[in-house]
Amino acid sequence: MKPRVSGNLFPAPALYEMEVEKYSFKKKSRIKEFVGEKFIAANALTALVVILLIFIFIFKETIPILTSPEVKKEASISRMTFKQEFYPKRDPKWSWQPNSDVPKYSLLPLFLGTLKAALVAMLFAVPLGVGAAIYSSEFAPRRLREIIKPVIELLAGIPSVVLGFFALIVLATWLQNSFGLTYRLNALNAGIALGITVVPVIFTVAEDAMTAIPRSLRQAAIALGANPWQVTFTMVLPAALPGIAAGIVLGFGRAIGETMIVLMASGNAAIVSGSLTDSIRTFSATIAAEMAEVVFGSPHYNVLFFIGTLLFIFTFIINLGGDYILLRMRERIQGKTK
Amino acid sequence: MKNLLISALLILSASAAFAGNITIKGSDTMVRLGQRWAEEYMKIHKDVTLQVSGGGSGTGIAALINGGTDICQASRDMKLQEYANAESKGIKIHKVAVALDGIAVFVNEANPIKELSLEQLRGIYTGSITNWKEVGGPSHIIIVYGRENSSGTYAYFKEYVLKNEDYADATQTLPGTAAVVNAVGQDKFGIGYGGLAWSKGVKALAVKKDEKTPGVEPSMETVINATYPISRELYWFFNGAPSGELKDFLNWALSADGQKIAEETDYVPLPKEKAESSTIK
Repeated sequence: MKPRVSGNLFPAPALYEMEVEKYSFKKKSRIKEFVGEKFIAANALTALVVILLIFIFIFKETIPILTSPEVKKEASISRMTFKQEFYPKRDPKWSWQPNSDVPKYSLLPLFLGTLKAALVAMLFAVPLGVGAAIYSSEFAPRRLREIIKPVIELLAGIPSVVLGFFALIVLATWLQNSFGLTYRLNALNAGIALGITVVPVIFTVAEDAMTAIPRSLRQAAIALGANPWQVTFTMVLPAALPGIAAGIVLGFGRAIGETMIVLMASGNAAIVSGSLTDSIRTFSATIAAEMAEVVFGSPHYNVLFFIGTLLFIFTFIINLGGDYILLRMRERIQGKTK
Repeated sequence: MKNLLISALLILSASAAFAGNITIKGSDTMVRLGQRWAEEYMKIHKDVTLQVSGGGSGTGIAALINGGTDICQASRDMKLQEYANAESKGIKIHKVAVALDGIAVFVNEANPIKELSLEQLRGIYTGSITNWKEVGGPSHIIIVYGRENSSGTYAYFKEYVLKNEDYADATQTLPGTAAVVNAVGQDKFGIGYGGLAWSKGVKALAVKKDEKTPGVEPSMETVINATYPISRELYWFFNGAPSGELKDFLNWALSADGQKIAEETDYVPLPKEKAESSTIK
């Protein structure tokens, strides 16, 4: 079942419908305009088509999970979700061991691992990112602001493999020595490194949201006798909240999809546990580590593509949601909707 | 359409192969050996270019079957499924053992344990033994490090030490023996396994076949005379019997010069008779 890529989920906003008036009546320039317009439209369409094709290709390889009986014996949707009794007379459990006499494809440990890493990343990045955005847009002197903004956005340029390496060698040892953790490579370690990549995402969007609040709002508050602290926390922050929420949502999408950091720094152990100081195995790290050797066309191959489809859908919905919130916020500020 | 593309790529890569360019892919355990051999060989034969990369034995075998490499390095034999895949693509696999290796079991240098039996190793790695005090060490959870399931070392360890049982779910999987050694070196209560050639910075345990025989430390001698219980052959796989530059390279690696370089790189050279019988005349 192919999901609808566009359509009635979010109604096309008026912002994007513009009437193009053709002023020129000379035939030659009309043809040039026509060709130019269609060429630009084709470029835009290509991006859309590429996304669609990627999704179709990935989804095509997961179809045997839904249709083929041999694959369903090992890896049907219910086998991947619920506890399975893999060996007779042993307790049913969740386990991810694809290379085994009895292949095991439980997705729950991987799902929990992905969520734990993203959770730690958000707990680390949201206070830092939003706090930095508030300081930069409300309280910092102009010259300091012009330094802070590009520097934090530089954080976004650090390659994730470098951060993963840093977490593996330096951060893990420091965390283990400071907090006496049992496991050196765990969700906390990977989550903090993930948080470093998420901070610039949250900062950029939140800061733009706050500077977009019209000056008149702040001036009205001051006129009523508010001090700068009150202006920020009672006027500007509530007005910018949708934008900050959008930043958080986009950051979450980034944290879920990030691969290299969790591959290197999380220990890659597929266990079901609630503790944040245990090792985790995420969806993205599983694909990265196992795709290279998997036998083409086997159930393992289909399951890996299934995980890829899940990731694609999660991040697509998350990013769509974040962009939609931003759009509505922009319209509200411009006075186009309530 | 896909088949057309693949055959076009195969033809291109095949033609590239015989242009003095040899690609070697596969085992991370053997990647250092392959690189040293490549360096030395290129010094003698300046017209040949050798490219060596890792990725795991499984990756190399898949590449050999798909035509992406000339030589596949593997620290394990190919599985039946992989032989069948090759057959179905019309590839006749030529297997040559080019060196020996012992899988050492590493613990941190601060760990007082000096030897373990195969039974205890199996218990630790399948999760039935979870605390160091059960094997005579301090009272602390055993932090178990292993390799990803694309690794030949993973597969060999599973078959011979774990007797095909599953690894414990809590085993932390790392990419490459160097990562395992690094992790165990920094973790006082860790245990890991990997090729003998990588044991710098950690302590390699003596392994007992069972409770009665004495523990044997992994070293060149104990691997060659087969007293160390976890030793294995390291293979090169070819698509058909090698000829031309591939044959020259193989014969050179099996010769006394090649095997001496293996020994210098901390791998274990083949016994002379075996090397000579594998050389292609």
